[in-house]
Amino acid sequence: MLASTVAGSQPRSTGLPELASVYWRPRATQRSLRRTGRLWTLSTISQTVPFVITAVLLGALKPITLPVGLILLAHAWIIPELYAARGANVVTPRGAGAPAAEERAMLLLGDLIGHQARELYARTGLVQERGELGVWLLGEAGALLLPPAGRRVYCLCVKATDPKLPVADRVAHLLLALRSDESGFATLANLAFSGARWRLRRRLRAPAREALDHVVTTTRANRGAASRGA
Amino acid sequence: MSRLIRMDQTGHTTLAEWTEEDGEAVQAALVAFRAQLDEGYFAVVSRGEGHAEQVQELPLDEPLVILRRPIAGG
Repeated sequence: MLASTVAGSQPRSTGLPELASVYWRPRATQRSLRRTGRLWTLSTISQTVPFVITAVLLGALKPITLPVGLILLAHAWIIPELYAARGANVVTPRGAGAPAAEERAMLLLGDLIGHQARELYARTGLVQERGELGVWLLGEAGALLLPPAGRRVYCLCVKATDPKLPVADRVAHLLLALRSDESGFATLANLAFSGARWRLRRRLRAPAREALDHVVTTTRANRGAASRGA
Repeated sequence: MSRLIRMDQTGHTTLAEWTEEDGEAVQAALVAFRAQLDEGYFAVVSRGEGHAEQVQELPLDEPLVILRRPIAGG
């Protein structure tokens, strides 16, 4: 047994074992995420446009129905807002555990992430992690993914199965899973919202909004530096 | 000195510490590692931003091996 575990000879697996529970899902890629995002937008449009059309038609045919038309327009506005609120909820804090456990968990998480990510986590409760699919913001019960191009954001609901873990440990669970298999992580997570950053931003709590702004600013700065260097 | 730690309700617990030369400590670490895997934990070695490796055998040369619970879509 010892011989099989000496340096360099360990059998190491790739892929999250948890993917077995969602075996029917195709692996997430940048392309599949883009497609999912477009489908999400189409679905939202299909739910809101009928309200807008009905409101306009009612107003044109019978101006007296204007109040009804306004209610319909409000519905058309509220539907995507509700989806965005659901998306924002994936990074809403769920409540801390015992202070000693939190402190201990924080030490481990701090060891796993860099200085800047540590500072951001201390301010916002979210850990920033760059991956192939984009920049991730990890919370205790979900993650935001900002793809490298465009202004879309994906809100993914995913969490550690042990609810008694301290907050920082729950974040560390997601971080380690993400680092092990980013595509598998995106496959396993459930999509809560995909849409415009500005729409989500309005629904986020202030610390999460700060984290989102930080990612957008640093990504923009990095892109600017890269294009100047090219 | 390598460490095997488990993320749990206390924050984390160190289950084993070893050096490759210390056969007794290695054996204890292997037993602890296998027991945790049997309980449903997954073992991960982090390699900095963007990189970690899921392991099924205890990598004796790694300084830190972390045991985590499964995750699931919410």
